[in-house]
Amino acid sequence: MSTQAQARLEQAPDRGGRAQPMLIASHLKRYFPIRGGVLNRTVAEVKAVDDISFTVLKGETLGVVGESGCGKSTLARLLMHLLPRDSGDIIFDGDAVGQLHGLPLRDLRRNMQMVFQDSYSSLNPRLPIEQSVAYAPRVHGMGRAQAKRTARELLQRVGLRPELFAGRYPHELSGGQKQRVNIARALALNPRMLILDEAVSALDKSVEAQVLNLLGTLKREFELTYMFISHDLHVVQYISDRVMVMYLGQVVELGPVDAIYAHPRHPYTAALLDCRLTVDPATRIETPPLVGDPPNPINPPSGCRFRTRCPHAERICEERMPLLGEWNNRPESHLVACHMVHAGSGHSKAPPGGLH
Amino acid sequence: MDMSARPLVEVRDLQVNFVSREANVAAVNGVSFDLMPSEVLCIIGESGSGKSVTMRSILRLHPPRRTVIRGHIRVGDYDILSLSERAMNEVRGAVVSMVFQEPMTALDPVYRIGDQIAETVMRHEGCSHADAMARALELMELVKVPSPERRLRAFPHELSGGLRQRAMMAVALSCRPTLLLADEPTTALDATVQIQVLIMLRKLQRDFGMGVIFVTHDLGVAAQIADKVAVMYAGRIIEYGSVADVLMRPAHPYTLGLLSSTVHGQSRETEIEAIPGSPPDLRHLPPGCSFAPRCKFAIPACSASFPPLVAVGPNHAASCLRVDVVRQDSMALAS
Repeated sequence: MSTQAQARLEQAPDRGGRAQPMLIASHLKRYFPIRGGVLNRTVAEVKAVDDISFTVLKGETLGVVGESGCGKSTLARLLMHLLPRDSGDIIFDGDAVGQLHGLPLRDLRRNMQMVFQDSYSSLNPRLPIEQSVAYAPRVHGMGRAQAKRTARELLQRVGLRPELFAGRYPHELSGGQKQRVNIARALALNPRMLILDEAVSALDKSVEAQVLNLLGTLKREFELTYMFISHDLHVVQYISDRVMVMYLGQVVELGPVDAIYAHPRHPYTAALLDCRLTVDPATRIETPPLVGDPPNPINPPSGCRFRTRCPHAERICEERMPLLGEWNNRPESHLVACHMVHAGSGHSKAPPGGLH
Repeated sequence: MDMSARPLVEVRDLQVNFVSREANVAAVNGVSFDLMPSEVLCIIGESGSGKSVTMRSILRLHPPRRTVIRGHIRVGDYDILSLSERAMNEVRGAVVSMVFQEPMTALDPVYRIGDQIAETVMRHEGCSHADAMARALELMELVKVPSPERRLRAFPHELSGGLRQRAMMAVALSCRPTLLLADEPTTALDATVQIQVLIMLRKLQRDFGMGVIFVTHDLGVAAQIADKVAVMYAGRIIEYGSVADVLMRPAHPYTLGLLSSTVHGQSRETEIEAIPGSPPDLRHLPPGCSFAPRCKFAIPACSASFPPLVAVGPNHAASCLRVDVVRQDSMALAS
């Protein structure tokens, strides 16, 4: 790397090789208990993340979409170990995280960082932004002067001139500028992967475009892998290589972005895509693609969780939960959790059995 | 639309300043527009452009001691800025009502939904509580809340975001206002719920024959609902026209920039054409066009004085010295 990057921590080496996925999550589960009654017993559970498995390949951007309450943010927090998981494994570049002989949490955080939606509350209001950015390198053993140099370089890199901005406090910055600081801070440990949880959702459109361009440049420059969580389907289409669609704590569709946007195979994905608004007033939507709000994640419907809003729901959808299937490690594979797609599932629109 | 009819709303040279000991913020700097009865006007702009401030001035919701409002606002037969506070209370809710972005903060958390709707009805129509509750039930059915009887007895926190927004709309519609002000009412909602609320709002607007002023930062939402569009930047309307004219044939560089920086189906290989820089500081506005420092079409004359609105078509105007050049660019974008 250039002399500019020498002030920074070295990026951790690629241990598993190109073919080893950056991140493998298998059968992740996290239920939040709801307590009540005199004995404060668990009366119900919110199944925020319910048996989710997926893979993030090296150098790609995996987009994650879904309505509010579908578990996108909980998933991000599980991956970052900001929340303990109930069960499941997280494997970072071939090493299981947080297990005996596995990757220690400290090393995971060095390799994987997160940018949050609320740019203000995720910065310490009492620290000048330069110190916020320099904080993590200091914790990881970098000297004061060097950490400061790193911070200034990164601020420059994200488009904030350090001589103007380094000493400012978060309340002196606009939303877009604060989000740039958050991105600089996430890069301070020279991570290999960033989790961006609605990182541009709170920004104005013109600023959103600037930040998206910045994310693109940084990705190339620092050889980053992104997991990009958003509810904005236009933005996800623009930034992602592959897309994962979530509904009520489960993955319903996972595949390459072009395949999913051109031929969505899950009725929920299709409905979500139909809700995208265009700027052409001649194409007004007359009937809503989906009716009702997303159901409560407490006591979700039996069988397929989408069946209560699905126009194609049949008896089989109530009786049996459709499975997403195993991912075969090929980026072009397209998985769908819907009985209409699985041959011989018993749904009247399913292809005849035995083909797969 | 009947062109001879009198506009429902007339705003002339509205200026709003927020004055404190430290600063004088010029939030709105000379805004004028008309709204015909049962017309939908979308005010588009980014945060700090003055779109919400303009709208709140129509209901006089600004703190009187720290706000200086100049200009003229007429709604129906009411001269808003000269009304007494008591007369203003008669206007609010009955003639003009408003829905807000965040229903959780706009609804009172300690009262049931039904009582909140009934309160407005009783206040303006002087009917009994039972009659008002019957009316509340009607309204909840109108805004398509499922199992409305049960929801009338619910507290705001017991409803989902979409239902809360519908309940707030029921409060706003309870006295059949002639003008509805909507401040980003769908921004906090999921896309699947947003489109349901927009379709419903469109239908109610037609059924009631209401005039609607709808503030949004989302061009896609404006395309769904607006008849006319006004684009605001740094407290001024910089482009005004029919929704098709403004969104499909923009004449102001800022509108053009907003359209090209909005992500919709661009190729992943190219960067998005973002507007460089950031909006001006409203405490120290430059004398000329406020957009000139960020504008790729700017010429020295732009910084001399604020450009007047120039007609670029029937009912379509932009305040830019370089509309001809911009129009060529926007034609290229459209084709």
